[in-house]
Amino acid sequence: MGSTIGKRLLQLIPVLIGLTLLVYGLMYIAPGDPAAKKLQAQGVAVSEETLKAAREEMGLDRPFIVQYGSWLSGVLRGDLGTSYKDGLPVAAKLLKGLKNTLLLTLASLLLSVAVSLPLGVYTAVRQNRAGDYIIRFLSFVGNSMPNFLISVLLMYFFCIQIKAFPIIAKNSFQGLFLPTLSLSIPMMSRFTRQVRAEVLEELGKPYVAGARARGLKERYVLYKNVLHNTLSAIITIVGLSVGTLLGGSVVVETIFSWPGIGKLAMDSITARDYPVIQGFVMWMAVIFVLINLFTDLAYRRLDPRVELGEGGQ
Amino acid sequence: MKHKKKLSRAAVRRRVWIFLVLAIALAAFAVAAPYLTPNDPNATNSEFMKAAPCAHFPLGTDKLGRCVLSRVMMGARTSIFSSLCVVAASFVFGTALGALCGWYGGALDEIVMRVVDILLAFPQMVLAIAVAGVLGGSLLNAMIAMGITGWTLYARLARSAVMTMKKEPYIAAAKLSGCRTGRLIIRHVLPNIFGPLLVNAATQIGTMMIGIAGLSFLGIGVTPPQAEWGSMINEARAYMQLAPWTVLAPGGAMLITVMIFNYLGDSVRDLLDAGGQNDG
Repeated sequence: MGSTIGKRLLQLIPVLIGLTLLVYGLMYIAPGDPAAKKLQAQGVAVSEETLKAAREEMGLDRPFIVQYGSWLSGVLRGDLGTSYKDGLPVAAKLLKGLKNTLLLTLASLLLSVAVSLPLGVYTAVRQNRAGDYIIRFLSFVGNSMPNFLISVLLMYFFCIQIKAFPIIAKNSFQGLFLPTLSLSIPMMSRFTRQVRAEVLEELGKPYVAGARARGLKERYVLYKNVLHNTLSAIITIVGLSVGTLLGGSVVVETIFSWPGIGKLAMDSITARDYPVIQGFVMWMAVIFVLINLFTDLAYRRLDPRVELGEGGQ
Repeated sequence: MKHKKKLSRAAVRRRVWIFLVLAIALAAFAVAAPYLTPNDPNATNSEFMKAAPCAHFPLGTDKLGRCVLSRVMMGARTSIFSSLCVVAASFVFGTALGALCGWYGGALDEIVMRVVDILLAFPQMVLAIAVAGVLGGSLLNAMIAMGITGWTLYARLARSAVMTMKKEPYIAAAKLSGCRTGRLIIRHVLPNIFGPLLVNAATQIGTMMIGIAGLSFLGIGVTPPQAEWGSMINEARAYMQLAPWTVLAPGGAMLITVMIFNYLGDSVRDLLDAGGQNDG
């Protein structure tokens, strides 16, 4: 198992290099000069001379591969560079936001599972009855709603109509509620459908019929056998969804002004603050790969028949 | 996802037809939108700012006095057209590349599959936001950003299907009868792996639509005067307490459109029963 973890972490290296090279390359060819942006932000008059000096200072006059190389060697020494905007170290800025983003993601994940697990089991057991149809239709609607639409509607309802929450999220439980709900609604819709499908499949297996024939209580079969056996599949579903949640968090954090790395990334994109964008992409890749690794390990814990695969998906 | 619901094949086929007709009707409506709008979608009107729905403006106006209904109709064009374009381009590119990798193997296969691994080891939307953000706001850039990861699943599917198919006797027979490789792949291999690829495409449309609208909402998609649902919602949310129709109209249009395309995707999947597909 230790070697599998090592192998997975080694696979991270090409992923990180590939992704950062892609983003770096795009920043290099993209229109918009970060040096000019920086000067404007500082209130310095943008002239030929100041621009040239700033470009030299920021290392933007060097060839692409040299720029990337010096960034990469900095990363290897644990230095992600400093923000163009305020000169603060990128790592510190990201770390500050990371805590909030992880809190938001985790809360959404927990809420989604807490709602969808019972709903999924309920709809599977009551298959093709009224409750099943209603919940399935609602989950379909929830799954077809973009995060930003849900956020805006929730904000309209909770902040403007019934005035239960302030419009700008404070860094508190109250502030966490609406962003979490916005991220969770599509997620719980998707989970409910997937849990339902898994439970239905399990219920159709011969051992369930056998257990019923032996006179075991339906409740016992459902909770002790069926639910236990679907748990590993559900863990995988949850693990795979973290990527979607991280993407959604950028949108939701921006709308609710939640101080996470998603909002930081959007602010940096607007300001063309390249070092922060690079750091953001790198960290996201690390988080995503680590979460997939944990998912696989948990999967194996629950189902010892599974051998950990080579694929890094 | 396996659907255990006992639906007859005829019923599933009927559902595919219903949603296919609805989707085509929507697309046709979107194409015809410029001729159907009640008002000029970009004409501002200082006398009717944030006006409530009335006979002249059936869905009211926004803060510049532009007709919301006309803009929602033009937005359908942007959303549907751009998503279908990205899906079609990803389909063709991914399938072609995957088929070539599966057929020839070797260095090309190795390189392409490593690139696929890298792209799949990252949250799609996060990468799209970074790419679109860095490239700067325009519809084309948003489409590129969504397409960068969009083709990967087709490539994987096509590659593995071609690799298994390569060993089939009928391929050897076609080869022996003097069929050239290009023709062989297009005429004999691709038609047989079309099913799972089509399912992937059908389920991808809704995701793509939400993604492009999300980028526009964030201000890194379409550029302002152009009507697009995501950017309309973003513009209007600042004054939605005064004019809720400016958010509800594009939001409702978006929800209905995505639902129709998602239902279409689901029923195509049920029909072809590809199995083992996961929406990612």
